[in-house]
Amino acid sequence: MFRLEPRGERSQFWTFCSPVLAVALTIVTMALIFAAMGAPPLAGIETFLISPLLSVSGLSSLAVRAAPLIMIGVGLAFCYRANVWNIGGDGQFTLGALAGGGLALFFPNQAFWWFYPVVLIAGVLGGMFWAGIVAFLKLRFNANEILTSLMLVYIAQLVLVWLVTGPWRDPQGYGFPQSAMFGAGSTTPDIFGTTMHLGCILAPLLAIAIWLIMGRTVLGFQLRVVGQAPRAARYAGFSNAKLTWIALLVSGGLSGLAGIIEVTGPIGQLTTGITPGYGFTAVIVAFLGRLHPIGVIFAGLLLALSYLGGDAAQINLNLPNAITGIFQGVLLFYLLGADILILYRLKRVKRAVQAGIPALEPAE
Amino acid sequence: MSLYEITSFVLSIISASTPLLLAASGELITEKSGVLNLGVEGMMLIGAIAGFATAHATGNAMLGVGAAMLAGALISMIFAVLTLSLLANQIATGLALTIFGHGFAALLGAGFVGIAAPTLQKISFPVLSGIPFFGPVLFDQNILIYLSFVVLFGIWWFLRKTHAGLILRAVGDSHDAAHAMGYPVLAIRYAAIAFGGAMAGIAGAYLSLYYSPLWSQDLAAGRGWIALALVVFSAWRPFWLLAGAYLFGGITYMSLYLQGLGVPIPSPLISALPYAGTVVVLVLISRDRRRTRLNQPACLGKSFHAVA
Amino acid sequence: MDAMIEPVPGPSAAGPLLALRGIVKQFPGCLANDHVDLTVGRNEIHALLGENGAGKSTLVKIIYGVMKPDAGTITWDGRAVTIANPAQARSLGIGMVFQHFSLFEALTVAENIALGLNNPADRVGLNDRIVDISTRYGLPLDPDRAVHDLSVGERQRIEIVRCLLQNPKLLIMDEPTSVLTPQEVKKLFETLRRLAAEGCSILYISHKLEEIRALCERATIMRLGKVVAHCTPAQKTARELAELMISATLKPQDFRQRTGRAAAPRLVLDRLTIRSNQQFGTDLKDISFSVAGGEILGIAGIAGNGQSELMDALSGEIPAGSPKNILLDGAEIGHEGPTARRRRGACFLPEERNGHGAVGMMTLAENGFLSANVRAVLNRLGLIDRKRTRAFAAGVIKRFDVRTTGPEAEARALSGGNLQKFLIGREVVQTPSVLMLSQPTWGVDAGAAAAIYEALVALADAGTAIVIISQDLDEILLLCDRIAVIAAGRVSPPMPVKEATIEQIGLLMGGGGAPVAEVAHVPA
Repeated sequence: MFRLEPRGERSQFWTFCSPVLAVALTIVTMALIFAAMGAPPLAGIETFLISPLLSVSGLSSLAVRAAPLIMIGVGLAFCYRANVWNIGGDGQFTLGALAGGGLALFFPNQAFWWFYPVVLIAGVLGGMFWAGIVAFLKLRFNANEILTSLMLVYIAQLVLVWLVTGPWRDPQGYGFPQSAMFGAGSTTPDIFGTTMHLGCILAPLLAIAIWLIMGRTVLGFQLRVVGQAPRAARYAGFSNAKLTWIALLVSGGLSGLAGIIEVTGPIGQLTTGITPGYGFTAVIVAFLGRLHPIGVIFAGLLLALSYLGGDAAQINLNLPNAITGIFQGVLLFYLLGADILILYRLKRVKRAVQAGIPALEPAE
Repeated sequence: MSLYEITSFVLSIISASTPLLLAASGELITEKSGVLNLGVEGMMLIGAIAGFATAHATGNAMLGVGAAMLAGALISMIFAVLTLSLLANQIATGLALTIFGHGFAALLGAGFVGIAAPTLQKISFPVLSGIPFFGPVLFDQNILIYLSFVVLFGIWWFLRKTHAGLILRAVGDSHDAAHAMGYPVLAIRYAAIAFGGAMAGIAGAYLSLYYSPLWSQDLAAGRGWIALALVVFSAWRPFWLLAGAYLFGGITYMSLYLQGLGVPIPSPLISALPYAGTVVVLVLISRDRRRTRLNQPACLGKSFHAVA
Repeated sequence: MDAMIEPVPGPSAAGPLLALRGIVKQFPGCLANDHVDLTVGRNEIHALLGENGAGKSTLVKIIYGVMKPDAGTITWDGRAVTIANPAQARSLGIGMVFQHFSLFEALTVAENIALGLNNPADRVGLNDRIVDISTRYGLPLDPDRAVHDLSVGERQRIEIVRCLLQNPKLLIMDEPTSVLTPQEVKKLFETLRRLAAEGCSILYISHKLEEIRALCERATIMRLGKVVAHCTPAQKTARELAELMISATLKPQDFRQRTGRAAAPRLVLDRLTIRSNQQFGTDLKDISFSVAGGEILGIAGIAGNGQSELMDALSGEIPAGSPKNILLDGAEIGHEGPTARRRRGACFLPEERNGHGAVGMMTLAENGFLSANVRAVLNRLGLIDRKRTRAFAAGVIKRFDVRTTGPEAEARALSGGNLQKFLIGREVVQTPSVLMLSQPTWGVDAGAAAAIYEALVALADAGTAIVIISQDLDEILLLCDRIAVIAAGRVSPPMPVKEATIEQIGLLMGGGGAPVAEVAHVPA
């Protein structure tokens, strides 16, 4: 019989090692799954995790897939550190795409250089607006932000569907649910002619900016205190309402920015499928990154790699690309499980002790 | 509209709403115990493929339903162990379960795409099914639709009328007070999560063995998420769950009907109404502490740390 | 003061209901019960009286089976018993109504009571039995009302009725009247008298002297773990009871020179009235006092009488009704928050280190920033000035001899005493005009406490006005120029420590006494 016993303080060893342990266990699990599917395990791992990194186009694709995940994930990490549980990243992404995209559609032939930044700003404001609704409902009506932000995701998606099947549908689009392509003035610039775009640079820069804000500024300090000890925040005179607004507006703005960059870049128009659940994957990214902006960069790259790996496994090994979802889920399971070792230690006891923390029972 | 048209309309709504009702009934019990499990979509898909594969292998759709129930309950245990015993964050774990469940089900189902399996048959009550309107609606359905009614009534009765249901509600209201009184909070939550998983699994089997009835990796099409919204919309009350399920499930039919009447509201916006309605419900029940406390399980989403 | 032990009355024909002999309970560093004897007779209402730390709650936990004694015997109804757990206590016929009861707010009265009854047979016809018992004993309850809708007094009835449903022979009540209105207190006393007459004895724990004199036939008075007296309360004056209860001694203190200069008041509270925001909180009523520069005012009191609300009001965490309620060097600050008050020269430290005065998982440097940012200018253009912040924390660590690895150590890695030294040092170093502290040496070893006292005295000598809210009477008598007592949310007019007598203080703590008339009293 095992029992979980609280440690006095966080274990430094496990803070660093639990992600390593989680990744290692995940790789082992994936190898087992590959074997069960009839593919050679080592070749499977190589295809899944290594092969996408071996070419320039692979690396560019990695950056492109990672950019929205990192951008949204950093915003979510910022928000969660303040103990505000915004899971509406997908909806804020969509509203950013709609706000900026709508502007782009209304001015399809804009040639002025400043138009594109204005489109981006519109995207940021769109995302902020959507997250602002969550803040308002939470502070004014005490409505749970997990539930409201989730509902707003569906509403955003349906508004998108309405617009691209209705008023904003491309008249030359053969009836497909999509808008017209954005004009040249509203397209995210490429980098050196690769598929990488502005977002690939912005994402890590924004992550670093958020890292500096959280660690170096008074605002970041206030946010961390509010998230860890709300009573101490009151003692220090920090305003919980102001910080809730800031947390939500920042994460909404970042998600909105990711949205507008994605639709003016890789996608080039508004369609019903502009997000394959980025907002939810970004929650996983934020947790994998331990709610630390630099960690989020690595976690975003790792999860983007898993998308590419799934595609590669489908092409080269004839495996369904659903294994991406398995990898992501299993990785997070192992990480969440391993994280317990940071705050608790595993102790063997002679008899199961029922009072307090329950026994962790091995298979009997 | 003729009686025939009305009957068809109602039958379509019931048919579309049943998986929502099944999954939401399970999630309602889970949330009443204080646990927020966002992994409903993943559990549904696992149940769907388990049911489909078993029905295909055994030639018996009912065995498929049984397998789906077990599979859903089993997969929910990953969530349970992580959040209850290892104190992991419920939001992250639930999302991981959805993503994992989607991928794992797709993996398991890879060989079943485009293949047929035995489907659930209707069970007709001899004389009663001849009654106009009520006959087809109440007495000529497949077993899972009957089950959805029974389960709904069952969870109402369990929560309101039994001592065990009272203990569950107490755990969701204040897990510390329940623990102080000597109730096994974690064991109760394990059971509630397993029930939620089982119901989500059955909902998945309904899709793969009746409604669809083929397997595809996008079979659930977001119904798990709709079920989550539905639980909140119902303010955690079983009978409002029934009304809400038919509203959410029937909303597309409703919008087609309204468009047929020449009402100019576009269909996606009509589909958005139930979600907007859920937000309104949330605002109404959260407005003052009294309402919140009396409706929303106070411990929803919070981890239980026993202080012995 | 000699212990006044009067002969315990001889056993009645049936013998006493409950007899505890020689109960000993040792905790690390504290002998909570030191050979305690207690006898509760049949049909008797027995008071257990003492201030904080006297050992009353430990003794009662032993009787209710929550703890086991290290030594001693328990005799119940003539038989020796061991009470292993509360369920066993209940089966013997012992019921307990806790001071802080926990109920399920979303559930009804009947549902809450049903949850405590594990035997299905007990739950038959519960609604009717609840109505029956509750009306019979003057505590009417509607079984179908949600607990959230009930007042605290009504919620207490649920706890009492829950006990009564199990036909107790002894009902233990822990500080029952702290949450009741005067009318509810009256009703409760009628109920308790009735219960005692019908065969259910009451063990009544309280520090409220007048209530004990009005209600209880016999009393056992405890002080610092020992029984100091058994008596009949009605035969004693409140003053005599207070003297027995209070453990502090009034020795002349040479710790500091009390100059007695009449400086201008720096902190003035004028009829401050505040509603508590806590569930078992105490509202503050009409509080007025002033503190001059160089003066240390001590606010004594038994826990749970409004101390944390007062601290929140002083720090600005709860705004006052009107700006005029609190004046700092003449400025009206009643509506200002903590940051604004710090700017004006106020510093404060609440009683709870963990999560309130400090953030456990943050470093000492960051915890320093938490409070001192404004006055010590630890930021620049919105950025944390890391160098200054670290230097600030290092300065506090050095000056107050805080045993730690440095400013980067996490707060929770420090011992209680060291962390408290750091936190008080953090406030002192900001050279405030007014300093407000609650429980400054709680959980702190003697050496650290002495260092803290010296720092406070030095600060006062430099002209700061200091307010100390403390449950440790010795500490207040040691440090303070004047003393006031907080009881049930009211604060008595401060009086010079030199003139205060133990009976006065005890009386005020016990909620009795006529403060106005006491001013002219000649010290004993």
